[in-house]
Amino acid sequence: MTGDLAAATAPMLRVDGVGKSFRGLKAVQAVSFEVPRRGIVALIGPNGAGKTTTFNLIAGAMRPDTGRVFLEGRDITGLRPDRICHAGIGRTFQLVKPFGELSVEDNVIVGALRGTHDVGAARRQSAKILALLGLDDKAGLPAHSLTLPDRKRLEVARALATQPKLLLLDEVMAGLRPMEVDRMVATLRSLNEETGMTILLIEHVMRAVMALSHWVVVLNYGEKICEGTPGEVTSDPRVLECYLGDEAL
Amino acid sequence: MSGVSENRVLAGSPSTGEAARGGLIADVPRRALILLGLFAALLLVAPATVGDYLLSVMILVLYYAYLGLAWNVMMGFAGQFSLGHALYIGLGGYTAGALFVHYGLPPWFGMVVGAAVAAVMGGVIGALGFRFGVKGVYFALLTIAFAEFTRILFDHWGWVGASSGLYLPVEYRDTDDLWLLRGSATMFYYVILAMTAGAFILCHWLLQRRVGYYWQAIREDQEAAQTLGIDVFRYKMIAVMLSAAMTAIGGVFYAFYYNNLYPETIFSMHRSIELMLGVIIGGIGTLFGPILGAIVLTTLGEMLTGLTEDLGLDGIKQMSYGVALLVIIVYRPGGLWPWLRRRLGLEKPR
Amino acid sequence: MPIDFLLNILVAGLLTGLVYGLMALGLSAIFGVMKVVNFAHGDMMVVAMYATYTLYTAAGLEPVAALPLVAAGLFVFGFALQRGLVNRFINATEHMQFLLLLGVAMVITNGTLMVFGPDARNVQLDYAFDSYNVGPLIVDKVRVIAAGVAGGTALLLAAFFRFTVTGKAIRACADNFTGAQVVGLHVNHLYAVTFGIGAACVGVAGTLLLLITDVHPHLSTDYTLLGFIIVILGGLGSLGGALLGGVLVGLSEALSGALIAPSLKSMFSFGLLILVLLLRPQGLLGKQA
Repeated sequence: MTGDLAAATAPMLRVDGVGKSFRGLKAVQAVSFEVPRRGIVALIGPNGAGKTTTFNLIAGAMRPDTGRVFLEGRDITGLRPDRICHAGIGRTFQLVKPFGELSVEDNVIVGALRGTHDVGAARRQSAKILALLGLDDKAGLPAHSLTLPDRKRLEVARALATQPKLLLLDEVMAGLRPMEVDRMVATLRSLNEETGMTILLIEHVMRAVMALSHWVVVLNYGEKICEGTPGEVTSDPRVLECYLGDEAL
Repeated sequence: MSGVSENRVLAGSPSTGEAARGGLIADVPRRALILLGLFAALLLVAPATVGDYLLSVMILVLYYAYLGLAWNVMMGFAGQFSLGHALYIGLGGYTAGALFVHYGLPPWFGMVVGAAVAAVMGGVIGALGFRFGVKGVYFALLTIAFAEFTRILFDHWGWVGASSGLYLPVEYRDTDDLWLLRGSATMFYYVILAMTAGAFILCHWLLQRRVGYYWQAIREDQEAAQTLGIDVFRYKMIAVMLSAAMTAIGGVFYAFYYNNLYPETIFSMHRSIELMLGVIIGGIGTLFGPILGAIVLTTLGEMLTGLTEDLGLDGIKQMSYGVALLVIIVYRPGGLWPWLRRRLGLEKPR
Repeated sequence: MPIDFLLNILVAGLLTGLVYGLMALGLSAIFGVMKVVNFAHGDMMVVAMYATYTLYTAAGLEPVAALPLVAAGLFVFGFALQRGLVNRFINATEHMQFLLLLGVAMVITNGTLMVFGPDARNVQLDYAFDSYNVGPLIVDKVRVIAAGVAGGTALLLAAFFRFTVTGKAIRACADNFTGAQVVGLHVNHLYAVTFGIGAACVGVAGTLLLLITDVHPHLSTDYTLLGFIIVILGGLGSLGGALLGGVLVGLSEALSGALIAPSLKSMFSFGLLILVLLLRPQGLLGKQA
């Protein structure tokens, strides 16, 4: 009973001091933050700040050297990616990984089969998700024929189809035109508001970060340098410095 | 069984029973069904109309079609490249053959045992390869190494006749004994036809199931597949073991049809190559490709052999297979079937 | 087991192993530079052996004298094969390249079968049974020649890669494809040269092997597999590794052939291949991925 209680009150995601080194180089160092239920949190920072590595540590693609990761209070540190998916985390890849020879619909069906054995049920569910992401008119096309913006949408659709509690989005706006960014922002916001989907995103498009996120965590050189509301973070001198430093490079 | 476990966000309302359950002939255009029916009818009546030679060629076509379908499960569906499938033909053939020769056990029993032995062997190779992260061409080399290792082992194993071979007793009789698989070519024709049809239906069914979707996802991108909750190791193991077991059953047919088994021929890498050529030429990953490929290749080989009989040109058949492979790889890497399917207007309606 | 007998076997294995190493060197160079697994390697070897045989029987040319001709011929063949066919698949998936070269292999093997028939052929040299006595050792003259030339060729190749402009450019391509293009190297040409060099190594190795053994068309598969065993043992892409692997395989074949049964000798090689694939896929001298 106490376990359930803890799960009910725990944040959706708690990252507690995770660290990871590659050949002595510290890619991520003692990073901690929380993502509240129904929250939208953005992870930002200059290139090479360790954002994608942090994602990989959460999603099980890599095992952290130090620290723990908790989903609704449950320790999921170092679980295999498929176990993490079953635990309730869906992720997208920065470099999109569509199942190229399969149709767009079949791509999403694969995701939807996470929760059901029944292909028919998975197909009905994926139809809804395709409509939500505006991909329904392309359902029959092979995934390799999609344009980059559509591939990004497909990544989101596939992750959503696994019915996650928490969605990890790795630069889904990068490479989109401003109008498409607005559309993706609107989609994600309505998803968050209507279904209560918790979202953690890595994003370079600041417009999207400002419009979407409730809370922002800033990484630089593998360490968290600050966190706060979008307004607080953008006026923080440390953040300005690390971005300016990046520009100067 | 609705299978929709938790009805969380965005889960479809589990409207069980009604609509789109798939089924065996879902999404297949009527034209395709008619053509398939005609093709099946043709195959069924063939022995009554063709001569001995043509019947033996058709048996060969169906044998390679069957093996191609089996190999296709592993490579075409799940994307795991095996160049050592001769191993499973040999294990199936030798298991059933030896049980028959030494204990008089019927091939149907040997089939079960042989398939199980091959599945275990496939499981061992798969488990080692996948666990140790042996990928792509390296995995193919691993499968070759196991096949060759086994070939040499059988070359020295007296119980199965070692390098001088294992012979099944041949008796000439008027009646067909289906239980012991002794009898006429016509009986063997129907046996291999049933096996091929069974493999075809099984593959079609599997592709409609979750396992089929999961295999193809793994084939396309393993990392993405795992992120979507797929236990990649488990599904690859299912593909390898199923493919091995199916191939072994083909080996049982080989043993009882040809009545002799030599390690040198049955386990050889040329066997492994031969059985996958048809699939590549017909269309890898497709359902009908292995069958089409077997028809094209066997016909080509037989015609060339027949035409050049007097010239004594050893190797012309294999040579033509090599040329066919090159032509397909260069000009139509997807194989013949996707192209033919378009020409026949059998694409799925979208 | 008399120690002299064992020593003799080891020396013979070592010498043959050097020739194997040279053959594998070609395979390794091609893979190291363009990441293409040449499945037609053994077939090229057999072609070289038949070329040597033909030059000997038709023109009376000694294998050692025919060597430059065969090597040059194989270079042209490899160069043309890369330019005409393989280069179109340089960015294709691994298994497509593999199947392409499998097709090439089938055409070559069966071509030799159609031309020369299935029987084994060899060259009858008047010094075939000469040998040197070194203390307790009796060393075949032909083996010494073969190993000496093979070792010399390997040294030449190493010098080529280290000191010549073309050799350095090829290494640059292997290290960094994009970088090589950026600095203006003609990558396609260098790839073709590499494939040619790989084939020429096989040409030399094939000629030398004909001094020691017979040739027949179906040896091609054995040599292809042998090549794979050697380079995977030594580490695909590592030239020193290929030589080391060749020597190890030569030794293990000689030992298992003499101590257990000749027909069992390749079983050890395949067992070794399985172990290396599983435990050390980068090979003994290969770099950690």
